[in-house]
Amino acid sequence: MGSTVATSVIDVSKTFGQDKDQVTALDRVSVDIRENEFFTLLGPSGCGKTTLLRLIAGFEHPSGGKILLHGEEISHLPPFKRPVNTVFQSYALFPHITVSENIGFGLSMQDKPANEIKETVAAMLKLVQMESLADRRTDQISGGQQQRVALARALAPHPKVLLLDEPLSALDYKLRKEMQIELKTLQHETGITFIFVTHDQEEALTMSDRVAVMNQGRILQVGTPKEIYDHPAERFVADFIGDTNFLAADLNQSDNGRMMVTLPGGRTVETTQSDFPGAGKVNITIRPEQASLINGPSAADLSGTINNVVYSGNDTHVHVMLESDEPFVVRVQNRGAQSAQWESGQAVGIKLEPGSVQVLQD
Amino acid sequence: MNSSAPGRQLSSVERVALKRESRRNILLCTPAMIVLFFAASGPLLVMLVYSFLTPGDYGGVVYKLSSDGWFRVFFHQDIFDETVSVASAHLSIFWRSIKLSLLTTIAALILGFPTAYFIATRPVKSRNFWLFLVTIPFWTNLLIRTFAIMELIRNRGLVNNVLMKFGVIEQPIQMLYTDFAIMLGMTYVYLPLMILPLYASMEKLDFRLIEAGYDLYANRFRVLRKVIIPLVKPGIVAGSILVFIPSLGAFVTPRVLGGGKNMMLGNLIELQFGQGRNWPLGAALSISLLLIVMVAMLLYVKNMQKNKGEQN
Ligand SMILES: Nc1ncnc2c1ncn2[C@@H]1O[C@H](COP(=O)(O)OP(=O)(O)OP(=O)(O)O)[C@@H](O)[C@H]1O
Ligand SMILES: [Mg+2]
Repeated sequence: MGSTVATSVIDVSKTFGQDKDQVTALDRVSVDIRENEFFTLLGPSGCGKTTLLRLIAGFEHPSGGKILLHGEEISHLPPFKRPVNTVFQSYALFPHITVSENIGFGLSMQDKPANEIKETVAAMLKLVQMESLADRRTDQISGGQQQRVALARALAPHPKVLLLDEPLSALDYKLRKEMQIELKTLQHETGITFIFVTHDQEEALTMSDRVAVMNQGRILQVGTPKEIYDHPAERFVADFIGDTNFLAADLNQSDNGRMMVTLPGGRTVETTQSDFPGAGKVNITIRPEQASLINGPSAADLSGTINNVVYSGNDTHVHVMLESDEPFVVRVQNRGAQSAQWESGQAVGIKLEPGSVQVLQD
Repeated sequence: MNSSAPGRQLSSVERVALKRESRRNILLCTPAMIVLFFAASGPLLVMLVYSFLTPGDYGGVVYKLSSDGWFRVFFHQDIFDETVSVASAHLSIFWRSIKLSLLTTIAALILGFPTAYFIATRPVKSRNFWLFLVTIPFWTNLLIRTFAIMELIRNRGLVNNVLMKFGVIEQPIQMLYTDFAIMLGMTYVYLPLMILPLYASMEKLDFRLIEAGYDLYANRFRVLRKVIIPLVKPGIVAGSILVFIPSLGAFVTPRVLGGGKNMMLGNLIELQFGQGRNWPLGAALSISLLLIVMVAMLLYVKNMQKNKGEQN
C-alpha cells in the first residue's frame, strides 16, 4: 500500500448556527488519509461524521482549518471542481433518467467524448453487475440495486477520493454483509481511496484499513482495526468498539523498569503498552473474550461470584460480581459442556490472557 | 394503484374490494361533476348551437340555421359591394392574442421560477409567510388592480414622472395602450398562478439531488438545466397552462391597458355580444378560442412526450 497522503484534514472546525443556537459539529479535527486506503470514520450519531465528509466534498465550508487533496488546498473550491465523488446515504439517484444515464452523468458533465462515456458506463455496469437493468429508471429497481448504481455513478469519473456516507445502512442484514465484501473488493480493484462513514463498529472493523473513532466533533483515535480493538486509547473508544470491562487499577514502575498493573484484589500483571497516562490510579479495560473462568481462586487474577449466565448463540456471557464490587463479563465459547458448568451463585476465579490488560488515557 | 399483470385472476375478495372502492370514488367526484357539467358543458353546448343561428336585430339569436357566424370569423364581406375578403382584423387579433399570451407565459415563468425556488428553499416555518405574500393581490378586485397599473404607467403616471424628474427622459414614454402594457398587466395578474404550482413541485424536490449534481461536476447552470428543470417540469407545465389559457381569453386587462385599438380575443368576443349585436359570430369566436386552447394543449403534450422519448 502506498503511503502518500490523499487527503489531509488540518485543524478543521465547523460550527453551525449563531450565538445561542451554535452547534460545534467539528472541533479542530486533524487526520491524514492515505492513498489507496479504505478509511473509515466511526462514531455515534451526531458526532460529526457526515459534516466531515461534506466538508471534504465541498458542500460545507470549514469555520477554521483547511483541507488538502494531494497536497493542494481545496477548501475554497466548489464541489463541482473537486475530483472527489460521494455515495449519498439516500443514494440520491436522479429519478428522471435511466440507470445508464445516471452512471454517465458525471462524465458527461465533464464533457468527455460520447464514446468514452459509453465505454466507461458499460464497464461500470459490468463492475456492479447491473448490465441487464441499464435502461430501467432508478425508481424501478430495488434498494440493493440502487446502492450499486449510486456506487457506479460515483466511481465512473474515477475520482481521487470516494466518499461514502453510511451507504449500507438502508439495506437488510444479509444484503449488507454481501455489499460489505463487494465494496471492499471494489476498493481493491479500482485503487481509489475510500472514506467510509458508519456508526456500525463491526462494519468498520471488517472493512477498513484504518479507522478513525469520533465522538462529539473530535477524532479520538486513528489506527488499524486491530490497534483500535486491542489497544483503545480512551474509555469511549474501548466502550464503543465491542463489549468490554472497565476496572480501576494502580500503575507502577517495577524495580527493573517494567510497567506493572495492580488489579483489584492485589494481583499484578505486566503491560507492554508504550503510551501511559503516568503512574498512579488508572482505568484499565479487558475484553470479555480475553478472560476465562476457572474453579477456585488459587491461580486466578480476579475472583468473584457469578450473578448471571446469558446464552447468546455462539457463546455465553457470564456476568461476575468481583470481590471489589465491580461487574465483570467473561465470554465463554459454547463448545461441549464448557459453558454448562457455570451457574449463578457460584464462586469463580478469572484468568486473564497475557497482554489483555489495556491501560486507558482517561 | 398498480395495474395488475395481464391475465391475473382477481380473487373474489379482491373483486368485491375493487368494486367497493370504485363505487366510493365515483361518489367522491359526483358533486363536482354535476357542477362542472351544468356550468361548463351546458353553456358550451349553447354556444355551439348559437354559433349556427342567425343574429337577432337587437342582439340575441333568431332560431334559423346559418353558417354566417362562422363565415365571419374568417372572412369579411363588404356591406356596399359585397366583395368577400379575408377577415384580416380578426386574424390579427387571433395572432396578437396568441403572441401576447405566449409572451406573458414566458415572462411569468422567468419571474416565477426564481421566486418559487426562493420560497421552496426557505425554512419550513417562513414558507407560508412568503406564499401568503404571493396571494395578497387576490384580495382586491382585478379591475382595481388593473386601474392601479394604469395609474402607474400612463403618460403622467408615477413611472414617467419619476423618470422625468431625475432627467432620465425628456418626454413621457408611451406605455399605456400598447401591447407592452397588456403583457405587463397580464403577467402581473397571472404571476401567482405560475408561482403556486411551481412552488408545489419545487417543495417536493429532493435537494440532495442538487448536491449530487454538483458532486458530479455540474456547475450551477447545468444543475439547473439537467437536474432542477426536469424534476420540476410538472410544475412548469401546470403553471404555463394556468397562465396561458386565461391570458388567451383575458378581456379586462387588454380593455383597460390596451385601450380600444389593441384588442384581444376576449374583447372581440365581448364586442360581438355587446355593441356588435352579433351573437352567432361571438359564439363562433368563443368556440374558436376553445379550439385554439385545445390545439395548443395537444401540441404541448405531444412535445412533452417527445422530450421524454428523447431522454429514454
Ligand atoms: N446544517 C446544519 N445546521 C445545524 N446543525 C447541523 C447541521 N448539520 C449538522 N448539524 C449538527 O452537527 C452535529 C454533527 O452532525 P453530523 O450530521 O455530522 O453527524 P453524524 O455523525 O453524521 O450523525 P449520524 O450518524 O446521525 O448521521 C449534530 O449535532 C448536528 O445536529
Ligand atoms: Mg450522518
